[in-house]
Amino acid sequence: MSKIHVTATVNGDPVEFLADPRETLLDALRNHLDLTGTKEGCGTGDCGACSVTVDGTLVCSCLMLAAEANGKRVETIEGMAKEELHPLQRKFIEHAALQCGFCTPGILVAAKALLERNPDPTDTEIRYWLAGNLCRCTGYDKIVRAVQDAAAEMRQDHRGAA
Amino acid sequence: MARDDVKTGYKLIGTRPNRPDGLDKVTGRARYGADFSLPGMLWAAVVRSPHAHARIVKIDASKALALEGVKAVVTRADLPTGLTGEDLNLQDNTLAGDRALYDGHAVAAVAATSQLLAQDAARLIEVEYEVLPHVTDVDAAIAPDAPVIRPGVADYSVPEGMHGNVARYMEFGHGDVEAGFAAADVVREHTYRTEATHQGYIEPHAAVGQLGEDGRGEMWVCTQGHWYIRRMSAAVLGIEAANLRVTPSEIGGGFGGKTTIFMEPLTLALSKKAGGRPVKLVMSRSEVLRATGPTASASMDVKIGMKKDGTITAGQVYFRMQGGAFPGMSPIGEALPCAFACYDIPALKHEGIEIITNRPKAAAYRAPGSPMAAFAVESMIDELCRELNLDPIEVRLKNGAKNGSKSSYGPVYDVIGLQETLQAARAHPNYSIPLGPNQGRGVASGFWFNHGGETSVSLAIGEDGTATVSVGTPDIGGSRASIGLMVAEHLGIPYENVRVNVVETGALGVNEPTHGSRATFASGKAAIEAANQAIREMCRRAAAEWGIEPEAVEWRDGAAHPAGPNAGKHPPMTIGEIGAKMGSTGGPISGHHEVTAGGYGASFGTHVVDVEVDPETGRTTVLRYLVVQDAGTAIHPAYVEGQYQGGAAQGIGWALNEEYIYGPDGRLQNPVFLDYRIPVASDLPMIDTVIIEVPNPGHPYGVRGVGETGITPPLPAIASAIAGATGVRIRSLPCSPPKVLAAIKAAKG
Amino acid sequence: MARVHLWASLRRFAEGQEVVEVEAATVGQMLDALVKAHPGLAPAVAAGLSVAVDGEVIANNRAAPVKPDSEVYLLQRLKGG
Repeated sequence: MSKIHVTATVNGDPVEFLADPRETLLDALRNHLDLTGTKEGCGTGDCGACSVTVDGTLVCSCLMLAAEANGKRVETIEGMAKEELHPLQRKFIEHAALQCGFCTPGILVAAKALLERNPDPTDTEIRYWLAGNLCRCTGYDKIVRAVQDAAAEMRQDHRGAA
Repeated sequence: MARDDVKTGYKLIGTRPNRPDGLDKVTGRARYGADFSLPGMLWAAVVRSPHAHARIVKIDASKALALEGVKAVVTRADLPTGLTGEDLNLQDNTLAGDRALYDGHAVAAVAATSQLLAQDAARLIEVEYEVLPHVTDVDAAIAPDAPVIRPGVADYSVPEGMHGNVARYMEFGHGDVEAGFAAADVVREHTYRTEATHQGYIEPHAAVGQLGEDGRGEMWVCTQGHWYIRRMSAAVLGIEAANLRVTPSEIGGGFGGKTTIFMEPLTLALSKKAGGRPVKLVMSRSEVLRATGPTASASMDVKIGMKKDGTITAGQVYFRMQGGAFPGMSPIGEALPCAFACYDIPALKHEGIEIITNRPKAAAYRAPGSPMAAFAVESMIDELCRELNLDPIEVRLKNGAKNGSKSSYGPVYDVIGLQETLQAARAHPNYSIPLGPNQGRGVASGFWFNHGGETSVSLAIGEDGTATVSVGTPDIGGSRASIGLMVAEHLGIPYENVRVNVVETGALGVNEPTHGSRATFASGKAAIEAANQAIREMCRRAAAEWGIEPEAVEWRDGAAHPAGPNAGKHPPMTIGEIGAKMGSTGGPISGHHEVTAGGYGASFGTHVVDVEVDPETGRTTVLRYLVVQDAGTAIHPAYVEGQYQGGAAQGIGWALNEEYIYGPDGRLQNPVFLDYRIPVASDLPMIDTVIIEVPNPGHPYGVRGVGETGITPPLPAIASAIAGATGVRIRSLPCSPPKVLAAIKAAKG
Repeated sequence: MARVHLWASLRRFAEGQEVVEVEAATVGQMLDALVKAHPGLAPAVAAGLSVAVDGEVIANNRAAPVKPDSEVYLLQRLKGG
């Protein structure tokens, strides 16, 4: 089967690679672009460990073909910290919101997408938004607290900047 | 709760600094099992049996091998023969011999230049099966007409006359149970069942292995214990342990399921056949669910006698547990002693059997055996409390084990914290919140033995007075942080000046895995001893500089100080000064400690849960949840809370949703996360925690393991809360909506 | 003599005795003495045992000390998650 030439923007950088037509975006990120921060926990879109955004939309990269990313803007965990950590990343460390850390990249990407849409979510809104991101270690308690604390800090910074 | 003989007033222990691996884990840089790659690396895929039980007539790999880019196929014929005992079981599970014993049993493996190609090739490997009769249910497997699936499986302990699928038998107890039941006002007897669940770690098993024709190899693997991986892989492949260097990756959860091998040796066998090229094998989620883990399923008879005042007069259990197609894997030997471990009861009788079924080879899962046992016994005690209108915490305080109690399994408890957890649960605001309609409250206690085990740790002082600690216990839940805190406290230096690394098999003596809640306890205890050795050497160096006896030097606040009347007046010599000069004062300074660690204190906890049950659908909502558990000393309280919350969440999943569902064809029907439903964020409330600290006299800082007990109480506590909410008792987990709804309807008539 | 308590289903391998008294200074010596006195216990010991000596559970350490007045309980080999 001939391969498909894909060009895309990943974390702001132009990339190109040859994808097998059956290959997922997750496989391409991990195996062609060496961006192994995005994880595979299930391959069926149930666990959210592979969460990335594509043109701003939160997706499970295991459910999207690599070829579909052609011309798209993809953001992964590796692009989340700029010069400093994103407040969510810092608060996850401070609140001990990770144990094994395997689900953490997907949860951070998903939580960032939430706060971009809803800067002041309730606990329930956080829990339903993150219901597609499985964590087996924490029981989610410290994750919800870390997201709330990061959201509060980001609102404060936003007000300070305005 | 404080004890006079235990040191308090710590500078660092009990604080909550950032974990050292946190930055890597929030940026995606942390490398897990599937994140390793090597030049020239091949990818592997595994062919698995679609049958629960079948004779393997023929394996034809010619079509697969004809594909361009396919480099090697291995079957059982490529593995050495003559293994015995557990080594043979491990080999049989790595690749089936003449028979596939469960749906998902590995039959062959193939390596190719890409993952997709390896998967294509696996589909081209033709396996001819002769399907054999199977059995997957624990009770059905000992019915008279059940097929005997592994003749001769019984060990020495099984009395004659038992069913051919019984592999192990055990009985113990004390006192006169018949007299105890006669003295009771109420005696009740029921059967309770739990289904098998999976550890459910989000990271599937993954390994990269390389093995040359000289029999020397390497492996990078996600595991709780890389020395176990080394020993087991070497045994299965017939190579020498010393020639296999195993490096653990970061681990994406384990919970007991990554303490053994499943497919890891296949990477080495394929590599050797492919001319020594490294081979990567990553399991899919359905492979994880079909062929790794899970825990046992159980069917448990319980009989308990109670007086009207709540005194328990006698208890008796008969447990049946299946741990899959291999003997020795069910936790019957743990479940029975856990059953009444929270109680001091004058007469007890425990009996149990292990049963073989056509299911995957069970692995340890968080407090193996204890959650099932607790579901049976704690549910029954709650039933008696409700019948006699007694407060469940008062009944547990009255009958609960204390310091000096003779345990249900024989030995006497030293210093334990069960009573303290019960008192704290009773005093917590959650215990007195009024309940609304369709709401109920459940209480249960839980126990785990904890563990010490084989441990080897090294510590080296740097030229700048910092310390590097090498441990062999992979860090699952923050143990690098907690070990770093203890070492920093001990050396009297900042936490940031200690780096704890999990090192490969070549760097230390044999370490048992991170299991049995032992990492912070045992690696921490050994690290403190290693620090003591370094401190002695640093005091000796200072004494030599000062020209006094080493005994006249004491260590405090990160420096050597002259002490005693004849030491003279010298300014303190800091660890930084000693480190800077160590090359010219005798060479590197390090400490090392090896031990099979004892002194782990038993762990107890008590949980309180409130639920609301929708009478229309049978769906249970957890309204609030409280975990109270004795940590001995909480070194890093945030990660102690994390263990409590994580254990509770897994127990809630076991109680409400999770179960292995086998069809009549013996195939697992729900091998994906959509159908094997672990709790998601919207299923759970905040999980309140209270850390009790009854220091363990067997550890310099009073540590008890905290990882396992928390999964135990949720099973009975949830079922009891549902009973409070609905008036119906579910004696078979999970308490799924259809089951609860059917029970509500049946009760209404 | 240390007193070694056998679980009920082991007693048939030791002429029905509930407690076997043995001369031993370590767990290893205790297990060896048990098998010497009651060879029927050999498979149980070989299968792997944990023991509790004076209340402390010892999963696997033949060097752990046993005192002349110790109370020892045999347990199945314990695993942890």
